[in-house]
Amino acid sequence: MHHLISILSKPDNVPIVLMLVLTIFYTWHSMSRAARNDRQGSPDEAMLSDKVQVWPYLVKVEFLAALLVMGLLTVWSITLNAPLEAPANPSLTPNPSKAPWYFLGLQEILVYFDPWIAGVTIPSLIILGLCAIPYIDVNPKGNGYYTFRERRFAILTFCFGFLVLWVSLIVLGTFFRGPGWNLFMPWEEWDTHRVVALTNVDWSELFGVPTRRVDDSLNPAAMAIGTATVLAWFSLGFVFYLWKRKSDVVRKLGPLRYSIVAGLFLIMTALPVKIILRLTLNIKYILVTPWFNI
Amino acid sequence: MLGIFDTLREKMQKTDVYKSVFRHNYQDTQRNRALQIVDNVFLHLHPVRITRHATNIGFTWGMGGITFLLFIVLTVTGVILMFYYRPAAEYAYDDMKYLMNDVAFGPLMRNMHRWAAHAMVITVMLHMFRVFLTGSYKAPRQFNWVVGVILLTLTLFLSFTGYLLPWDQLAIWAVTVGTNMARATPFLGSEGPFGPELGMKINNDVRFVLLGGTQVGPPTLLRFYVLHCIFLPLVGATLMIVHFWRIRKDGGISGPDTDARKS
Ligand code: HEM
Repeated sequence: MHHLISILSKPDNVPIVLMLVLTIFYTWHSMSRAARNDRQGSPDEAMLSDKVQVWPYLVKVEFLAALLVMGLLTVWSITLNAPLEAPANPSLTPNPSKAPWYFLGLQEILVYFDPWIAGVTIPSLIILGLCAIPYIDVNPKGNGYYTFRERRFAILTFCFGFLVLWVSLIVLGTFFRGPGWNLFMPWEEWDTHRVVALTNVDWSELFGVPTRRVDDSLNPAAMAIGTATVLAWFSLGFVFYLWKRKSDVVRKLGPLRYSIVAGLFLIMTALPVKIILRLTLNIKYILVTPWFNI
Repeated sequence: MLGIFDTLREKMQKTDVYKSVFRHNYQDTQRNRALQIVDNVFLHLHPVRITRHATNIGFTWGMGGITFLLFIVLTVTGVILMFYYRPAAEYAYDDMKYLMNDVAFGPLMRNMHRWAAHAMVITVMLHMFRVFLTGSYKAPRQFNWVVGVILLTLTLFLSFTGYLLPWDQLAIWAVTVGTNMARATPFLGSEGPFGPELGMKINNDVRFVLLGGTQVGPPTLLRFYVLHCIFLPLVGATLMIVHFWRIRKDGGISGPDTDARKS
């Protein structure tokens, strides 16, 4: 228990607790507003669409918000000192070495994917994917008010990415990862000497096809299975397209936007799929090539 | 007693000096309320009138505004910290110690800078979450969302580059973990897919450029310092101007299409 308190009260972890509380509160807040709007059929916001003067109606709110934030920040800064540890020492690696908290989700994915995916490709795709949202969401409804019913797919997808893959993985990385990046319950003492046996196998080996031949060169059969699996995953988007091509949404998207949506969606959902494969079947790689592994 | 103050104020308001600073009196009239906004360089970021729901904290959560407030706090406290900090490996850590132990209000300034930075990362994420949930990225605000995404990235980079400056164990190892990823960049990293094939080595790949060396060392400190104190805040501030300007050009805070809104 005192270990939990020591993690919670590490000064740099206070923001994570703050983030968690605020995220839960605002998710609840916006979903209940969305539910009310959906029930009424016409959003609350539409009833407040008369004009008011910025002075004093908006300036007042801004002033009070600024006072409140400055007050909280001052109290926080008086009561809690920013950490300053021992001087930098390149020859003394701390265990665990953790990235700053907002990158812990990415560091967590590093357990399941090679760095070129977890550390470079995924962050780039997050940024590009976010930028693409306004251009690939062709649904004109739900602009400027809270709603769920009119934008189910968009909201569920975004919430899955933000709440599950971003926020929860940060919490996992902060409170559940200890030395050697092993899993520890938050109240468990960190045992620096814990060794977890590596029993991971590659995907093709599940079907009895070893990744490497006796002379340690890559086995083309294994590569073929891996490539086929990856292609099969992405062809799901194609199959769905053929199946739904007559639907309003797919028609409105058009082939280009549809491929971007499907590609981003399948990459995002591949993350939890690989995590589950690792946790249940100890899968290390789906595809091993001389240049990269997936 | 209060009468004296009233007379004094009236006298003062008639002076040339007062009239040269404040362009209008403070009677509560529609006209003065408008002038209050238009005649003030800071307040005139706002329009004179806005829809009522845009003043509703339950709608915007005030998160964009709070993010901006924190950015200002960070600029002010950051400048104060710069008076006491030298970005060289032999001084940086000692300067932090000095700041925390011997400078009056030094710890308060450093703590405010640190916690405001963390808070800004949180508020910018929540701001994005709100903008998404109200569908405010839809036409005509698509581009402002993209500007926002760049601001989000800049906020993360600002926070990350600042993390290194205390030059303690926490700093260099967190930054080491983060920048090690750059090694694996496809094509441009010495350990990334197709990197070695293109001639990338540990001393010429993208990570080397970022760190100014093969590991986090004194050149990295200087590089991150310049990025943190000059480059990123300048780009960020510029994009914030664009962001705010676009909010107004795109028709103010988003809202449902109603007849009242169109008028
Ligand atoms: C440094 C970061 C940022 C600052 C200082 C900032 C500031 C603001 C402010 C003050 C507003 C007015 C409404 C409000 O407070 O919600 C606003 C609106 C907006 N922001 Fe940001 N923002 C930032 C980052 C972002 C990000 C990351 C996104 C999205 C990815 C974004 C997208 C938008 C959009 C689309 C609007 C218009 C919202 C509407 O009309 O309802 N901004 N921003």
